[in-house]
Amino acid sequence: MDKRHLEENVFKTLMVAATLITVSALGFIMFTVFIKGLPALSLDMITKTPQGGYYIGKEGGILNAILGSIEIGIGATALALAVSLPVVFYLHIYRKKRSIFSKAVRFFLDVLWGVPSIVYGAFGFTAMMFLGLRASLAAGIFTVALLIMPIMARSIDEAMRMIPFELNESCLALGSTRWEMATRVISRQALPGILTAVLISFGRGIGDAASVLFTAGFTDSLPSSLFKPAATLPLAIFFQLGTPFPEVRQRGYASALVLTVLILVISILARLLSKKFVRNIVK
Amino acid sequence: MDIRRLKDVLARKVMFVLCLGILSLVFLIGAGLYIRSLPVLVSSNIKDIIFSSLWRPSQGMFGLAAFIAGTLWVTAIAMLIAIPLSVLTAIYLSEYCHARAREFVKPIIDVLAGISPVIYGFWGMVAIVPLVRDHVMPFCSRRLPFFPFASGNYTGFSVLTAGIVLAVMVLPIIISIAEEVLTAVPFGVREASLALGATKWQTVKDVVLKKARPGILAAVILGLSRAFGETMAVLMVAGCAMNVMPKSIFDPGYPLPALIANTYGEMMSIPLYDAAVLLAALVLLVVTVMFNVVGWKILGKIEYEG
Amino acid sequence: MEHRTHISTKNLNVFYGRQVILNNISIDIPNKNITAIIGPSGCGKTTLLKSFNRLLELQEGISVTGQVLVDGEDINDPKVEVTRLRKKMGLLFQRPQILPMSIYDNVAYGLRVHGIKDKKTLSEAVRHYLMEATLWDEVKDRLYKSAAKLSIGQQQRLCLARGLAVEPEVILGDEPTSALDPISAERIERKLLELKSKYTIVLVTHILRQAKRLADYVVFLYMGNLVEHGPAKEFFENPKDHKTRAYINGQFIEEPAP
Repeated sequence: MDKRHLEENVFKTLMVAATLITVSALGFIMFTVFIKGLPALSLDMITKTPQGGYYIGKEGGILNAILGSIEIGIGATALALAVSLPVVFYLHIYRKKRSIFSKAVRFFLDVLWGVPSIVYGAFGFTAMMFLGLRASLAAGIFTVALLIMPIMARSIDEAMRMIPFELNESCLALGSTRWEMATRVISRQALPGILTAVLISFGRGIGDAASVLFTAGFTDSLPSSLFKPAATLPLAIFFQLGTPFPEVRQRGYASALVLTVLILVISILARLLSKKFVRNIVK
Repeated sequence: MDIRRLKDVLARKVMFVLCLGILSLVFLIGAGLYIRSLPVLVSSNIKDIIFSSLWRPSQGMFGLAAFIAGTLWVTAIAMLIAIPLSVLTAIYLSEYCHARAREFVKPIIDVLAGISPVIYGFWGMVAIVPLVRDHVMPFCSRRLPFFPFASGNYTGFSVLTAGIVLAVMVLPIIISIAEEVLTAVPFGVREASLALGATKWQTVKDVVLKKARPGILAAVILGLSRAFGETMAVLMVAGCAMNVMPKSIFDPGYPLPALIANTYGEMMSIPLYDAAVLLAALVLLVVTVMFNVVGWKILGKIEYEG
Repeated sequence: MEHRTHISTKNLNVFYGRQVILNNISIDIPNKNITAIIGPSGCGKTTLLKSFNRLLELQEGISVTGQVLVDGEDINDPKVEVTRLRKKMGLLFQRPQILPMSIYDNVAYGLRVHGIKDKKTLSEAVRHYLMEATLWDEVKDRLYKSAAKLSIGQQQRLCLARGLAVEPEVILGDEPTSALDPISAERIERKLLELKSKYTIVLVTHILRQAKRLADYVVFLYMGNLVEHGPAKEFFENPKDHKTRAYINGQFIEEPAP
């Protein structure tokens, strides 16, 4: 009898320890980001672009990267939404739940979710070469859109699964077409869920470096045209951290803080929205 | 035709085409990479490429073995750390935790999942590298002067550092899938086991875990796939020393994704260089897709049976 | 026939949050008899049953007041070792809950859980209890195959064998035949009649005819309240409460006008 309880207590301790380690990992990371980034943060950092000699210690900031990331994020999210939303709608409204077609599409979406971002970057690069484009904002948007599309589609799919099916039947019974049902009734119910998915995908999009490395290039100026290279926050951080100059590295820490705060705010917004979504579904 | 019906039919066709696009995207990516890597596949033997550790592009040598080894070392270390941590946490969350504690821990795991890889790399550089360099390595080189600990690399940029960072990155994926799988085990079998006089832990160990085993395996496989393909974070902390086969956890490693990322600038200058790098990307694609297919197939079966 | 009381409840109340599930139940379950707990769906029968082996406490939000005594001891006392109590009580669920293992391991599970490891003892016990449950002949050639392949009637008999293997004193049944085909149901009923000479049996059932066939003693619950209880013969021939009469005759139960 005692042996059983002894074993149980040993494992219980191990389990609690594991959970504590996992939770404190986040604390450790956040602590590091704030402790290193806060002292180096200045208003200049977020309002100026790199002036001459920025990377060897002279003046400037990362405004180019901040705006570049936001523009790529918005562009990629819009593009991914334009594909994910119709696809998920199609699966829920026009196809039966257990059809082979739906299962196949969902399966491939899951597989696409697992493709590493560097592979998307490499593919974006080959597509760029094929189309004769150079490193540009547009190429970056396209590649990041590819990366985040599976994430977005999955989130929207999960949101739509929570919407009760009877809604569908009553609409059809009243004589509307499926398309009308989709746009009017379901979107309203699904809207917060869709917004949450958009936010999560946006967060992933602006945080990724490997996909924009080959495709968006880098530049010190503010993003101007779709066909010129654009700077991104993750790459800006990467480059600044990689220099031998401590002042530049410090600025890298501050840039890391900016990116982290940005993503944290988006995460929290997404959580709050998703809670609201769950509460407002017609029961 | 009635305009409402026309809209309906048109929308339906457009959506269907988009779905077809998704079904073919993986193959499209694979085909694109394959075509671009053909030049190097044609000029060298595929066996040579994979098993040779000589990477000298200017001499036309494209041996990927050292990079594959680097990836294997880093991934192995990461999984060794991540699997026990994540499975134990998942069991705790699903079987033992209070509801309030669960409400606290689950969002934390979500936040961990959303942190940018560059930030993980930053954390690795700033916090873990010094830890390994100043504490772990001196301790090990004094007390454990043998494989896999003995090393001549004192910089702290090593496969161990990369493994630690990668482990934390992979924890959220394994935990969330494993926890879902465990909660999905029906309540009835737990009741049946307890009704026979088993303790809670015996029930978890002999009944719940048994039923959840395929799902937990799938979670681990998907985590493994993620570890395999991670680029930025390992690039910043693994050391990336050229043509070095890691022989110790403290040796630097050069994982395959890091190779692809690092050679971007020089790719177009040497003939066949870009083809070789894209071949590396193709290898990554094939391996991760294989892992993902296996993992999702297992999870799909569970959902079907459940 | 001994008429010692094996299990008794005194002023047992069970709440789910604020909602009353069982209201002030005081009954005595006689030793080595079959007691049937009957009543319409959702009136607390399963809750009462699960209070006997403390499976109730697994659900969040449940609170219990009053006493449940087994052999005179209050089982809700914190000093009571819950796993030992549950070993005394075997439970058959409505849907057979087979464990994800082979047939052999299913039956041996209870024994292993309580520390018995000797292979010979285990094999003997598996054989003996599978025979008790009249399942041995059907499975003796595939003991090491998964139990999931058995038919539902066979699964329930397997659960019976598994439950008997830990040598309980009481067999609790939560509508154990309602998911089975008539032939399997009859086999289980016959077995229960045989087993009552060695075990105290408490059955929850919503099938009146089953209660009439099997019960020595009947407890009638309605909406969480104890309406009537007594020896089966008296209960069915001479019901005292009008609700009992209505239920036995298959009519709607009318509350008396206030």
